[in-house]
Amino acid sequence: MKIRTLSEIEKLRDIGLSFLYPQRPRISVGMATCGLAAGAAAVFDALSEEADRLGFDFTPVSTGCIGYCRQEPLVDVRMPDLGRILYAQMTPERARDLMGALSVGELPAEHALASIPEEGSDVSKCSAVSSGLPSIDQLPFYAHQHKIILRNSGLIDPCSIEEYVARGGFDSLGRALLKLSPQDVIDEITQSGLRGRGGAGFPTGKKWNACRHAAPKPRYVICNADEGDPGAYMDRTVLESDPYSIIEGMIIGGYAIGSNKGFVYVRDEYPLAIERIQHGIDRSKEVGLLGDDILGSGFDFSVEIVRGAGAFVCGEETALIASIEGGSGEPRPRPPYPAEKGLWGRPTTINNVKTWASVSAIVAKGAEWYSSIGTKGNAGTVVFSLVGKVANTGLVEVPLGLTLKEMIEGIGNGGLDGKVVKAVQTGGPSGGCLPAGLFHLPIDYESLTQAGSIMGSGGMVVMDEDTCMVDVARYFLNFTMEESCGKCTPCREGTQYMYGILTRIVEGRGTPEDVVLLEEIGNWVKASSLCGLGQTASNPVLSTLRYFRDEYDAHVREKRCPAGVCRALIQLSITPELCNGCGLCKRECPVGAIQGEKKEPHSIDAKLCTRCRTCYDICPQGAVKIVR
Amino acid sequence: MVTLTINGKTVSVPQGTMLLKAVQKAGVDLPTLCDHEALAPYGACRLCMVTITSPYHALVTACAYPVEEGLVVETHSQEAVRSRRLTLEFLMSRCPQSDVIRKMAESEGLTSSRFGVSSPEQRDELCVLCGLCVRVCRDVIGAAAIDFIGRGKKRKVGAPFQLQSDSCIGCGACAEICPTGAIKIEDRGDKRILHTWNTIVELCACPECGNFFSPEPIAFLKEIVPQSKKSWELCPRCRHQKISHQWLSAQNRGLRWTGRAMA
Repeated sequence: MKIRTLSEIEKLRDIGLSFLYPQRPRISVGMATCGLAAGAAAVFDALSEEADRLGFDFTPVSTGCIGYCRQEPLVDVRMPDLGRILYAQMTPERARDLMGALSVGELPAEHALASIPEEGSDVSKCSAVSSGLPSIDQLPFYAHQHKIILRNSGLIDPCSIEEYVARGGFDSLGRALLKLSPQDVIDEITQSGLRGRGGAGFPTGKKWNACRHAAPKPRYVICNADEGDPGAYMDRTVLESDPYSIIEGMIIGGYAIGSNKGFVYVRDEYPLAIERIQHGIDRSKEVGLLGDDILGSGFDFSVEIVRGAGAFVCGEETALIASIEGGSGEPRPRPPYPAEKGLWGRPTTINNVKTWASVSAIVAKGAEWYSSIGTKGNAGTVVFSLVGKVANTGLVEVPLGLTLKEMIEGIGNGGLDGKVVKAVQTGGPSGGCLPAGLFHLPIDYESLTQAGSIMGSGGMVVMDEDTCMVDVARYFLNFTMEESCGKCTPCREGTQYMYGILTRIVEGRGTPEDVVLLEEIGNWVKASSLCGLGQTASNPVLSTLRYFRDEYDAHVREKRCPAGVCRALIQLSITPELCNGCGLCKRECPVGAIQGEKKEPHSIDAKLCTRCRTCYDICPQGAVKIVR
Repeated sequence: MVTLTINGKTVSVPQGTMLLKAVQKAGVDLPTLCDHEALAPYGACRLCMVTITSPYHALVTACAYPVEEGLVVETHSQEAVRSRRLTLEFLMSRCPQSDVIRKMAESEGLTSSRFGVSSPEQRDELCVLCGLCVRVCRDVIGAAAIDFIGRGKKRKVGAPFQLQSDSCIGCGACAEICPTGAIKIEDRGDKRILHTWNTIVELCACPECGNFFSPEPIAFLKEIVPQSKKSWELCPRCRHQKISHQWLSAQNRGLRWTGRAMA
C-alpha cells in the first residue's frame, strides 16, 4: 500500500487503532535493550508458551522501554472490558502465574505496579484496582514526568508504523509538507524555543535557518545517535522504542532546510537500535512516506544509516561528519560550522535523536503548545537516564525547569537503601558533579552550566556517601583520556597528566601542590582544546575541586579517603563482637588474608589484605568494617 | 578587505584570511607548529592562541579563525600567554630533545618544564603530532602514504601497519615540512631510505653523470609532461648544465632561444 494523500494515512490510523485497542487481550512486554538485559525475553516466551498451553488467545507485543528500569521486566496487560495494569519485576514463573489468572478472566493484584487508566474504560470490575492499586500517574516515578520525546515509548510496537500513526504519528509531516512552506516550518521551530538536545542547547530553528540560507543544494540532514557516555542510554532507547518519530522529524527537517538526503549515524554497539531504525526506514519507504514525492507534495527524501565504530569523539559533529565521509573520526576547527560547510563541504543540519523526536511532536501541536512547557528560554522537555545510587532508576522525561531535588527525591525517591545522596553528575564525562547543597537548582542549560556542569545529552548519575569524589573524577577523566583522539595538545597531553595526578592522589602519594596543579591544567585543557570533548574533559575534575575540595584535602593531607573507596587509604577489620565465625569471609578471601577458628571471631591480616572488599560485601553479620 | 585591530594596530587583510596572517602582518611573531600556507587550517598544536576582546570575548587559535570586520585582538593577553606557556611546557615534556621547541619556549620566557619527561620511551621523541607530514602527503602530493595511527596517547604517524609503503613516492615532502626534524630520510647508493616510515624506494640514475637522484616511483611524471621527457631523466645539476650550454650555443648562433630546445 502506497500512501499518496492524507486520507490514506487515516486508513493506516484505523488499522493502528485496532492494533492498540483490540477486542482481545493485548500484552506488551518492555523489550528495549534495558528490558532484555533484565530478562524480558524469557518472560515474553513464558507468556506465549503458557497461553498456548491454556489455549488463551491474546496479542503479544514486544514494545520499547516503559521507563521504570528499577522495576524491569515490565509487562503491560490490557484486558478489554476489565482494565489495564502494569506488572513489574516479572520472572518466567510469575509470568506463567499471571497468564493462569488472565485465562480465567482476572487481572491479579500480585506484582501489579499500577493501573493504566484509559479513556472510556470502566475499571470498576477490576478487583486489583478497587483494592487500592494506584494509577500510573499517581506513582511518584511517573507523576513529575511529561512525555513528549518518549510519547510512544513503551506504548507501541516500535516495528508497527500503523500503531505510530494511531498515536498521532505523521500528523506533523502532513501539516509541514502540505500546509506550511519550508520557512514556516523553520519559524514554527524557532518560535517553539526548541534547543539542541545533544547537550549544547543551540536553538534548533536558528541552526536550520542558517543552513537553509547557506550554499545551494545539495544539503544534508544528520541524526546524531552516537551516544557513548557511561551511564546514558536515552538515544538508544528512543531509537529502539519509537524509530518513526525520528524518521518523521528528519523528513520535516529535510523539507525545512531544503535537503533530500538524511543520515542516521548510530554506533555499532547498538544492534537493536540499528535493526529497529532500519526496519522503520524500510517500512516508511514501502508505504511511500520516504522516497519520491512524499504525500504528493513533490518533496523527495531518503534516509541512510551509517554505523559508527564506537569512538566517543564521533559524537562531536565535525568528527562525526569526517567519519561519514570515510575519514578517521577527528574534529576540525569551527567556524565554518556544519550549517555552512558540513558533510562533503555542503550545508548540513545535524541534530540529536531527541531533537528530531521533539520536532515531529512540535509541528503537529504547534509552537505555542511547546513553548508553554518548561521555562522561559528553556522550553520543552528533556530526557534523562536517572542512574547510580538512587532508589528509582529509569528513563525519565521532565519539563525543563524542574529542580534537581524534585528529580532525585521526587522521581528518584532519594538514595538507594536509604543512604544520603551526596552529589549528582549530569552530562556524563563532559559534565560536572553538583553537591546536594545545589539541588534547589532548576534543570536548565544556563543553571547547570553556571554551576560548573552541563546539561549534556541526558546522563544523570546519583552518588551517595559511599562515593569518593576523587575516584569519580579519576574514573571520568580516564574515560575522556582514552577517548581523546589525540589531535590537539591540551586534550592529549593534559588529560594524561591530570590522570597521573589523580592516580597519585587516590594511591595516597598526592601532595597539596598536586591539587593546585590539577586545577591549573584543568582550566588550560578547558580553555585551549580544539573540540567539545577536550573543552569539557576537565569538568568532572574542576567541579569536584570546586565543591568537594575537602575530599581532595583529606586524600593529600591526611592520606584518608572519607568515603572509604580508595584502596591504598583504607583498612578492613572485623569487629569481634559481631563476628559469629561462620567462615564465609575466610573461604571467599582471594588472598587468604583471613584467619580464625570456626565459631570464633575471625581477623584480617592487613599485610596480605588487598582491600578488595569481598569480605565486606558478603559478611552476613555486617562485622567487617572499613577503617578510613 | 577586512579591517581589524591587533594589539592596538589597525590591519587590513582580504576576506577569508585567517587571523594568524593578520597577526603576522601586524608584525607580531606568534609561535606555531601545525600551520603552513600550503595547507588548510588545522588547529592542532594550540600554540597561536590569541584573545578576541571585542565585539565579543573569546580565546581562539589564530591559525584557524577567519578574520571579521572590526575584531579587536590581543596576542599577549594574560590568558593567551598562560595557555601558550602551558602548551609549550607539555611539548617540552613530550619532546625533551627538540631544539625547535626549546627555542620557542625560551621566546616565551620558559627554560624548563614542570612536567619532566612524559615517559622513558619518550626521551628521543621529536614528533609533536602537528600532522603537517600527513596533510602535505595527502593534500599536496596526493600520495596519502602516511596517516595517524591510534588515538590519544597512542597516536603516532606511520604508513599502514608500519610496513613498507606501496604508496610512498619517496618525494621527501614530509621531511621537508616537518617543523621539528622528526622525519629521517637518507639516500644510500641507489636507495632512498625513509627510516621513519620503514620504507625504501629505488632511485634512478642520471644518464649523464650516473649519480642516483630521482625516486623511481615518480617516473610516471614523464608521461604526464611528455614534452620534457628527457629533462626528467637528468639530475638537476646535469639539467642546468645542458640548458646553459644550449642557451649559450643559441646565443652564439644569434638565434632566439625558445626554452623548449631539449624536448
